[in-house]
Amino acid sequence: MLQYFLKRLVSLCLSLVAASVLIFLTLEVVPGDPAAYMLGINAQEDTLNALREQLGLNGTILERYLSWAGGLLVGDFGTSYTYRTPVAELIGERLWVSLPLALYALILSTLIAFPAGIWAASKRGTLADSGVMGVTQLGVAIPNFWFAMLMVLVFAINLRWFSAGGFPGWEDGFLPGMKALTLPAIALALPQASILTRVMRSSLLDTLGEDYIRSARAKGLTKGQAMWRHALRNALIPVLTIMGLQFSFLLAGAIIIENVFYLPGLGRLVFQAISARDLIVVESVVMLLVFAVILVNFTVDLAYAWVDPRLRRRR
Amino acid sequence: MSLLEIEGLSLEIHGEPILKDVSMQVEPGRVLGVIGESGSGKSMTAFGVLQLLPNGSQCRGCISLAGQDILTASEKDLCAMRGRDIGMVFQEPMTALNPLQTIGAQVAETILVHENVPKSEAFERAADALRRAELPPERFPLSRYPHELSGGQRQRVVIAMAIALRPKLLIADEPTTALDVTTQAQILDLLKRLVAGEGMGLMLISHDLAVVADLADDLVIMRSGEVVESGPAHGLFRNLQHPYSRALLEASGHVPERSGAAQDKALLKVRNVIREYQSHSHGWWGRTTHVRAVDNVSFEIRKGESLGLVGESGCGKSTLTRAILGLEEIQGGEILLGGTPVVSHHRVNRDVRRRMQVVFQDPYGSFNPRWRVDRLITEPFHLMDSPPFGAEREAAVAEALESVGLSAADSRKFIHEFSGGQRQRIAIARALIIKPDLIILDEAVSALDVSVRAQVLDLLAGLADRFGLTYLFISHDLSVVRSITERVLVMKSGQIVEEGPTDRVFDKPQHAYTKQLVAAAPVLPADVA
Repeated sequence: MLQYFLKRLVSLCLSLVAASVLIFLTLEVVPGDPAAYMLGINAQEDTLNALREQLGLNGTILERYLSWAGGLLVGDFGTSYTYRTPVAELIGERLWVSLPLALYALILSTLIAFPAGIWAASKRGTLADSGVMGVTQLGVAIPNFWFAMLMVLVFAINLRWFSAGGFPGWEDGFLPGMKALTLPAIALALPQASILTRVMRSSLLDTLGEDYIRSARAKGLTKGQAMWRHALRNALIPVLTIMGLQFSFLLAGAIIIENVFYLPGLGRLVFQAISARDLIVVESVVMLLVFAVILVNFTVDLAYAWVDPRLRRRR
Repeated sequence: MSLLEIEGLSLEIHGEPILKDVSMQVEPGRVLGVIGESGSGKSMTAFGVLQLLPNGSQCRGCISLAGQDILTASEKDLCAMRGRDIGMVFQEPMTALNPLQTIGAQVAETILVHENVPKSEAFERAADALRRAELPPERFPLSRYPHELSGGQRQRVVIAMAIALRPKLLIADEPTTALDVTTQAQILDLLKRLVAGEGMGLMLISHDLAVVADLADDLVIMRSGEVVESGPAHGLFRNLQHPYSRALLEASGHVPERSGAAQDKALLKVRNVIREYQSHSHGWWGRTTHVRAVDNVSFEIRKGESLGLVGESGCGKSTLTRAILGLEEIQGGEILLGGTPVVSHHRVNRDVRRRMQVVFQDPYGSFNPRWRVDRLITEPFHLMDSPPFGAEREAAVAEALESVGLSAADSRKFIHEFSGGQRQRIAIARALIIKPDLIILDEAVSALDVSVRAQVLDLLAGLADRFGLTYLFISHDLSVVRSITERVLVMKSGQIVEEGPTDRVFDKPQHAYTKQLVAAAPVLPADVA
């Protein structure tokens, strides 16, 4: 088990290094000079040079990569070209919106998908099953921003239960913050829950057809007992994979939803940074997202081992 | 009164009749053997007793266990009965256990489901059940997971699960079909002892007459959902009434007629072949160990000869086959076909490769279901420099299909339209189509029913005589090897331990391992054969 853990850890570190090189090089070849963008088209050549010097844009590629990567290691993400504040601070603020939003959506989608998937699988071929499958089909098909706007119309404008957008900050307490995140989280969770329900159902149906379920029934377990004690944990592996992918997506993929609800999250930050050629912010946010994705995959790998003893090698 | 009484049982699944008027009895302390080919309804009868039938099943008739009617019992009563009064052992030990639970937990579950006892007591009794199944917890702790055990050991866990509560009736559905001969003999022995020691009734279901004949006190022979013959085992074999039972007995000991004789010239020469695998076992930077799957093997096959290769799973016979076909590179020695090496300069020699073909065990998995038969069987044409096309290709397809007893019109069909035996014929046609010298038959008849197997063996014998084919016949089934080969190699742990004329090797085995194999193989009572 320890060896499995260490192996995964090494692979995590290697992935991070590879990703940082890739991100750095990609932005290196992207056209557009941040200094020229900031100073406008009439800037003098020596002013530009001075600004480049100040922003650390001179020097060889290797020097610049090492200073950037070295900074990342100690939590120094550099200074934003446009905001003129440390990127770490900028990201820190935004993370406090995006991370809770992603977690909130993931919890919601799990809470919906597990019972729905299990229920549909246990009622296979009945009206209930077709109903769940139909609803999830719809859930996958509906664009989440459209659904978000619909919810704003109903719950914010007509019923006035929620505000239509914005984020009060956590200073006012936990509940108002969660309230502001509720509609966006539902909008994000809906398609994810639909996909997860379908995966849960089909994975569970696969395991229910396995020989060991028949063995369990021959021991005297009822259908329900066989499902809970034997099928569910076996069905979990594909579900965990999808959940890992979904969390990464929720963290990075909330750009549109954050725009619909005017949430000051990472998605909006990166969106604005790209249009302002604030490459250092883009670099850092992308790196952070990559880190999150890799970390989530690492967690999923550990979860596999927790679920499946065949992956824990003896000693 | 019998322990289990099945009286006039009929079963329909979604309106389709599966069982028709089936009757049989199991007495306490006795073994009822149920024999039948695939589709005979023998397994469905067992599932009927447990009432674990597929959805849409409709039973009529009467099943009673110790006087209690099963067909009218509620689901709750049935759950209480399964595992406590009736234990069941299945065919596939590899998949019959939950891979995520320890063996102790799975055996203890039988007890916990039925009795309100503390967990620790259930585990103690589970240990006892495993001991009775001869898998002592001292050597195989309860904390083991199924993947840490071999097939035979897993089957013992399944048996322990079934006998944990000392049920009155044990149903074993092909319990040894997936196991090696020696393991099979041990498991059958164990079942025999359990019946004698605990007074259980055993319903032993098998397609293999020899397995059942060894063990059963009473016999039932089934065919397409009906019982064709039944009675006490002793004497029944000598006195079979129904033509089907006689045909079945005949087929299981079938020896195809051969007329062609082997020439003196060697076709395939295997010299000092070594195939090694690297395995990283200990730690990260730990030593790399080499595992020799094939260890210094040498033999020859003469042109026109049928050579058998027997051995248990893991002995290296499949690796050797792959090496001969050039699918795996060897680390030492050489393999020559007609004097030319199969692999030279790390590349498979196409000239040599097209002179040999292979037929595998699984008639279902070895075909692409989306291709028509003509495309399937002309696949080996890619080995030829100028494959035939147009009318010539059609003629080749027709000839290949007709030589295996199918018709040219079958070439436009898909593989799912054929039965298992027909599929194996198509696999043989695919091997024949480029007129090879050597055909490797890797467990080619192992998945077939006895009567179909007899037909395919006849076909193979006929083809060998007609086209002067040479066979390398690989199987774990000694009786099949005996019926079709002239010479046999016995393989164990990567080495050939014995070699000689088939009859001599099986009648007077020299090596201890061969003796063990021959002794373990189930045989029909001497008075029948």
